[in-house]
Amino acid sequence: MATKTYLQAISDGLREEMRRDSRVFLIGEDIGVYGGAFKVTQGFLQEFGEDRVIDSPLSETAIVGSCTGAALMGMRPVCEMQFSDFVSCAFDHLVTVAAKQHYRVGTPVPIVVRLPSGGGFSGGPFHSQNPEGFFAHCPGLKLVCPATPADAKGLLVQAIRDPNPVLFFEHKHLYRRIKGEVPDGEHTVEFGKARVHREGTDLSVITYGAMVYTAEEAATAVADKDGTSVEIIDLRTVTPWDKQAVLDSVAKTSKVLVLHEDTHTSGFGAEIAATIAEEAFENLDAPVARLTAPDTPVPFSPPLEKAFLPQVEDVVAAIDRLSAY
Amino acid sequence: MATGTLVDVVMPQMGVSVSEGTITRWAKNVGETIEADETIVEISTDKVDTEVPAPATGVVKELLAGEGETVPVNTRIAVIDTGGGGESDGEPEPATTGSDPNVAAEAPQAAEAPPAETPAAAPAQPAPANGNGQGSGEGRTFVSPVVARMVAEHNLDINAITGTGAGGRVTKKDVQAFIDSGGQAAATAPAAEQAEVHDVPHFAPPPEPETPAPAPAAEPSPAAAAPAPAQPQPATPAIVEGEPGPGEELYRFNTVRKVIARHMRHSLETAAQVTTVIEVDMTGVVNLRRKWKPIYSERHGVNLTYVPFVARATMDAIGRWPWVNAEIRGESALIKRYVNLGMAVAIDDAKGLMVPVIHHAEELNLVGLSRAVIDLADKARTKTLSNDEMSGGTFTITNPGVFGALIGTPIIPEGQVAILDVEAIVKRPVVVTDRHGNDAIAIRHMMFLCLSYDHRLVDGAYAAQFMAQLKQNLESWGEDAYGL
Repeated sequence: MATKTYLQAISDGLREEMRRDSRVFLIGEDIGVYGGAFKVTQGFLQEFGEDRVIDSPLSETAIVGSCTGAALMGMRPVCEMQFSDFVSCAFDHLVTVAAKQHYRVGTPVPIVVRLPSGGGFSGGPFHSQNPEGFFAHCPGLKLVCPATPADAKGLLVQAIRDPNPVLFFEHKHLYRRIKGEVPDGEHTVEFGKARVHREGTDLSVITYGAMVYTAEEAATAVADKDGTSVEIIDLRTVTPWDKQAVLDSVAKTSKVLVLHEDTHTSGFGAEIAATIAEEAFENLDAPVARLTAPDTPVPFSPPLEKAFLPQVEDVVAAIDRLSAY
Repeated sequence: MATGTLVDVVMPQMGVSVSEGTITRWAKNVGETIEADETIVEISTDKVDTEVPAPATGVVKELLAGEGETVPVNTRIAVIDTGGGGESDGEPEPATTGSDPNVAAEAPQAAEAPPAETPAAAPAQPAPANGNGQGSGEGRTFVSPVVARMVAEHNLDINAITGTGAGGRVTKKDVQAFIDSGGQAAATAPAAEQAEVHDVPHFAPPPEPETPAPAPAAEPSPAAAAPAPAQPQPATPAIVEGEPGPGEELYRFNTVRKVIARHMRHSLETAAQVTTVIEVDMTGVVNLRRKWKPIYSERHGVNLTYVPFVARATMDAIGRWPWVNAEIRGESALIKRYVNLGMAVAIDDAKGLMVPVIHHAEELNLVGLSRAVIDLADKARTKTLSNDEMSGGTFTITNPGVFGALIGTPIIPEGQVAILDVEAIVKRPVVVTDRHGNDAIAIRHMMFLCLSYDHRLVDGAYAAQFMAQLKQNLESWGEDAYGL
């Protein structure tokens, strides 16, 4: 075990899988000579050479298309969207080709698309989004949203070994801010198994990604303020998602706040809230609450972006409302 | 009838955590016409100051809140009559469209129209905040699914259970506490209370979800168990606040102000406060800062100001004179070997003050202090400080010098025994002596430092020597000291 940043953990997971499995190669914009926009693949070109660390043209369509082709020929490509927002250019290749290939002709498409996502840096509407909601609607894709360095490594390795197309959402705000113990050597984390980030008895916050830490600060604040005991469930993967862990938590606390950074309407929180209403109705002591970004583009202006992204005090207020209900 | 639909204007929710807003200025008076989306009022909240557009075209019928008044989100603050405008002369009795629907209902000829008003006005209000489920108002409050199931499983009479939820709702915790306390046995006593509860408040349920029952439920303490009966909220203290006269403006204390007021008063009542002033020649530091500023900016991404220099020099002076970094407990004092450094930060256009705390500041070098000062000041201004970042201070620095202030006698924060006031650096002619003993008048960058301290613990000689050490640290700051 060693303490590493979230970014280092991703980098290590990639490097170790490339050393272990010669079928794994990387492709993306500026990932080779420049080491990636966020330096995740710094030094990779030197270690693995041009054949396995490919600087692509500025075409997400070409990147994901070539990954799909290489995967069909037996390779294990890992590509990087410089910002997750740009994945929309590759929507057709992911949703129409990669996601449906196995269903149509039985050939697996083991590709990983790395997606630096999320806001908090005044990146504006093109560099700050959390597009998991679009892809959660598409059968055939798996979606991963790690919150901790250990999970970032374990889930990335798992994603590379998974026979399906996997979208790996790595939150930019966690890259260098979050440090944690990461197991050395081989480390995988099973998909679809949530993690209890904090145990509690009074209400549950269901979340994932960077919002885990927002929820944690809020939980500490309300615990200090009035002793409210908040349980935080970190889903880790959005597809598949750990329904049972959520339902178990709801059975215990009977009050739920679903929290995510993506926008509101048809965000993945809607799916969680609806499932709770369907399958845990008789365990509810308050309406299922959602806290998300509003239905607007991500503003560039810092104060506006702050108003846009759920903040600790917003979570505290939502928890207070549920507590008072 | 010429009764236009009445549309309510409510205090909008400007952000999820905002619970109230203040009327800054009414843009329209009663009787004036207004277009939909035209500004009707300017408001101020914790997060933003903004203009509120009118939800409909019509005539301003009522203004229900005065300028300067603070009201909860979703409170009706004005009413627009959307049909009242031109044709009112034809029908002289639009009085029945007034805000009291009971009056309208009694007028038999008005029977067709007025009942339509209430539902028409209702959709104009934003949907009630979800989570506000107590509104059934039929004398019975809402029973949640889990409560219904538990009551059925344990064969309980829900009326026997005291509710502590919104509007007196019986919560899961209430049922659990009831079962845990022995079910039936406890049933008789609370039932009597419950009868009162049902008699009075449920027919007039309080509209705001924030105000009703207190949150912490499970505790069987008398305070938590019995807040429901007849007068649930005697909370508003009957302090007479003067009404503003001509040329006067009423400012109601916000939370920050109230805390400041309490702490300042209490500190002065407790501490034996006295202030010592010393003059420091900052010329060396001024030159170093000028030289290092671009390097700091490039290498560390921080803007190097004077405060970290003073903070660092203070840390070292405290190391030699630790009694200024202490806490008085009764007739003893805890002398602290670590320094949690409070940094006073003006917020809200200098109408408020916060004191974020740099924990273990004695461990930080100039870079670390610079970063911490900037980070915490930023968080204070954006109100994103965590509880940890606002507590635990052992010594405080305040810096009115940025505004040009020369001398001050700051009040010592509670729980501490000293506060250092950093004043403006100004060029003054001073007498300097060269190494041959010749005196000359030179232009130097001079600054006063003022230390307020609690004489119960710290004597004047001790404070003066602490200040002398601090002065020496600042004046002897060399290229090699606490550098990069």
